[in-house]
Amino acid sequence: MKNENLYKYILGIADNSLILGQRLGELCGHGPSLETDIACTNISLDLLGQVRSYYQYAAKIAGDERTEDEIALLRKEREYFNVLLVEQPNTDFAYTIGRQFLFDVYHLLLLHELQKSKDLTLSAIATKSIKEVSYHKRFSSDWVKRLGDGTDESKEKMQNAIDNLWTYTDELFYQTQSDKVMIAEGIGIDTSKLKDNYYRHVSELLKEATIEIPESKWFQKGGKEGIHTEHLGYLLSDLQYMQRTYPNMEW
Amino acid sequence: MKKNWPLWEIFVRSKNGLEHRHFGSLHAADAEMALENARDVYTRRNEGVSIWVVESKHITASNPENNGELFEPAQDKVYRHPTFYDLPDEVKHM
Repeated sequence: MKNENLYKYILGIADNSLILGQRLGELCGHGPSLETDIACTNISLDLLGQVRSYYQYAAKIAGDERTEDEIALLRKEREYFNVLLVEQPNTDFAYTIGRQFLFDVYHLLLLHELQKSKDLTLSAIATKSIKEVSYHKRFSSDWVKRLGDGTDESKEKMQNAIDNLWTYTDELFYQTQSDKVMIAEGIGIDTSKLKDNYYRHVSELLKEATIEIPESKWFQKGGKEGIHTEHLGYLLSDLQYMQRTYPNMEW
Repeated sequence: MKKNWPLWEIFVRSKNGLEHRHFGSLHAADAEMALENARDVYTRRNEGVSIWVVESKHITASNPENNGELFEPAQDKVYRHPTFYDLPDEVKHM
């Protein structure tokens, strides 16, 4: 493939939204209340909508027989480049909210920068997605505050979720070889420049939510290179079931 | 949830120039959450441009038992309706 770095760069962004969208979709009919259930699945649908634009573009870049559906649904585990954070399970509502919040802050910073990309398709997708992601961040931030500054039980659960998810935050800023090539060409975003801003924003909100900021300096990574936690395989078997059982199925 | 959040009534304006209409009700811990929930529950298919929320307990409703004295006297007074005028075509939403 001529543009393999660009292809991988697009997947690196799109896979985060696909996998997180699938996780949120699991809550359909299982959310803690009707209202939060619909809110989480709304966010899921926003993310899946964005993902379609990315994969359609990736299919065009690949320039072979590949379709957006094949890219989304028929890769093997090691060929997904999402960060480990988004594949973490919905252990409880605090985990769902904590994962969403830690991702949304990053996602919004990334899209703001991606608007300035020399690649006009990526910049257009970023511009289109920003309003949706701003709302996601507002929703998850509000809930982190409600749970953190809520009852003793909700505070304990929120703290616990943040403590356990914190180890996946540093990977958001990890750069693969393809990322580096794209940054050099002015297409990719140098995420290392977003890092201070990210941790400042996250820390401020956690403080407001009376959640203690974890001190651990040891971080997990691997997802962006295709090395995942044990959770991704199960998620993919759900995600890919329909397409593998009825190959080439379409809506 | 052991204790339910309070109930809120949701009013949505579907386009500028139209009035807010009652869309339904939902549960939320406070007004801000009610607005966000209303956005997700009632406007996700592009139904609105403005939302009002009001906690259901603040609504005073008429008692159905009094329907006879409240509403029935109006039933046989056709002259209360402005049906004897011709409306110009330009007047909409009547």
